[in-house]
Amino acid sequence: MTRSFWLFVGPFFLGLLVFVYVPIGWSVLLSFFDARNTVTPTTFVGFDNYADMLTDGPFLQSLGTFSLFALFVVPLTFVLALALALLVNGIQFMQTFFRSVFFLPFACSYVVASLVWKLSIFNGVRFGLANTLLGWFGEEPIPWTVTPPWYWLVLVTLRLWLQLGFYMILFIAGLQRIPQHLYEAAWIDGASRGWQTLRYITMPQLRTTSVAVLLLLLVAAYQAFDEFYNVLGTDRGYPPFARPPLIYLYYTALGSGGQDFGHGSAGAVILTLLIAGVTLLQGKVITR
Amino acid sequence: MKVVRYLALSVAAVLFLIPFYLVLRNGLASEQEITSPNWTFWPSEIRWENFAELFANPAVPLVRSLINSVLVAVLQTAGQLLLCGLAGYGLARIPYRYANVVLYLVIATLMIPAAVTFVPTFVVVSTLGWISDLRGLVIPGLFSGFTTFLFRQYFLNFPREIEEAARMDGLGHWGTYWRVVVPNSKGFFAALGVIAFVTSWNQFLWPLVIAQDQDSWTVQVALSTFLTAQSIEVEQLFLAAAVSITPLVIVFVALQRFLVRGVTETGIKG
Repeated sequence: MTRSFWLFVGPFFLGLLVFVYVPIGWSVLLSFFDARNTVTPTTFVGFDNYADMLTDGPFLQSLGTFSLFALFVVPLTFVLALALALLVNGIQFMQTFFRSVFFLPFACSYVVASLVWKLSIFNGVRFGLANTLLGWFGEEPIPWTVTPPWYWLVLVTLRLWLQLGFYMILFIAGLQRIPQHLYEAAWIDGASRGWQTLRYITMPQLRTTSVAVLLLLLVAAYQAFDEFYNVLGTDRGYPPFARPPLIYLYYTALGSGGQDFGHGSAGAVILTLLIAGVTLLQGKVITR
Repeated sequence: MKVVRYLALSVAAVLFLIPFYLVLRNGLASEQEITSPNWTFWPSEIRWENFAELFANPAVPLVRSLINSVLVAVLQTAGQLLLCGLAGYGLARIPYRYANVVLYLVIATLMIPAAVTFVPTFVVVSTLGWISDLRGLVIPGLFSGFTTFLFRQYFLNFPREIEEAARMDGLGHWGTYWRVVVPNSKGFFAALGVIAFVTSWNQFLWPLVIAQDQDSWTVQVALSTFLTAQSIEVEQLFLAAAVSITPLVIVFVALQRFLVRGVTETGIKG
């Protein structure tokens, strides 16, 4: 039994150790050392890297940026994905067509979406789509990607477009598991077909799905990198504003300004603890 | 009510399709037409020669980056299904004294998203000398605790009678898995495989970190470089984007059933 267990699990488990556990262990080690332009620990500095990350400013600011971003993206995606799911689930004719259209953006990468958002829809010059529309109303063009708060509009709509279909599919699956007789019983009891059934049957029945969606959205927002890098970054570097945690870590550990693996590792450890905390908290809510 | 519903859906559908329209419009127009202050709905003449110019442009390693992306996505999908499928089956069905310890070590990684640990993983991969190397792009992404966990849950619910019949015929665990369990689980493998392929094709941060030489760029890294440096003609940039999403649009049309199943399997247990 031991032999065949390791025959099945061994190759995967070895990889898990080498590419997940060793890096994490190494990273925790590096986070207590000064390690610039080298991945071998050089000088032991205790908790200095952590102290720097938590007082220094940029890292805390990036956590603030993330919170602001999540504050917009998480509730918006949740509500709109649920609305789309309810709309699509409630029709028969052309249901597959509409579901496919809303799901199709999932085929695009954040890089492609960034390209369209940055150079076509929200291009700062006169020929961008948004500025063309503004022009029809006699408004002046707006340099969307470099002016606060407009770049938030760019980043949030981009993520909405890419993510909504995915979460809509999850909600549709949840909706289809709700037994039809619950609705029939409610209608017999005189519940209205709109708000009341949504409030007292659909939402409570969707509880597991809702919690799963919230968790996925939150963890995904924590990891925002691609669209920030591609929309706001240029070949001259990244602007000093709107830096989510992974952008900050990327430029700390791998940027051209010197590879600082000590601080980068400390940041990664802090972020991992934060996400693990959120996951555990949500897990408690699910199993309650 | 029905009319309002269809009206809302149609407006939303148009909004969702606008970015695809823009990719095609800009990819097939001339630069003058794209940058003209007067918006044209569709290029006055479609410039098919944009394709020839894009693929002939020596500054754009598009073909090379597409080949790299295909290699990475195919190898990662196959590797993940092979390794995580085996491990999931072992954890679900083969009794072993320390199986629980192994399972806990797998589950613990579910709380740590791979993207957050890119700095430490980069440190290990660079020590192995796998920077700008196919091995560095593919191998670290194979060991997904999440996929293994999903396979374990699936195999726990696999009908035992089928496996017992195979045991009666004298097959061991290995034979049972390959001859009976896998052939009867094609739908599940296809669902997770499609998700793995789409995720791998679209991933950006890891290839950006690892693929430092131009020869090892994936198509996402290539697009991103042209975008942030604005180093090529704008119509070629959009056409390259159109080319880069074509394989996945085909996957979407041909395998949507598995894709939808994959999303629900991977999403709910997230």
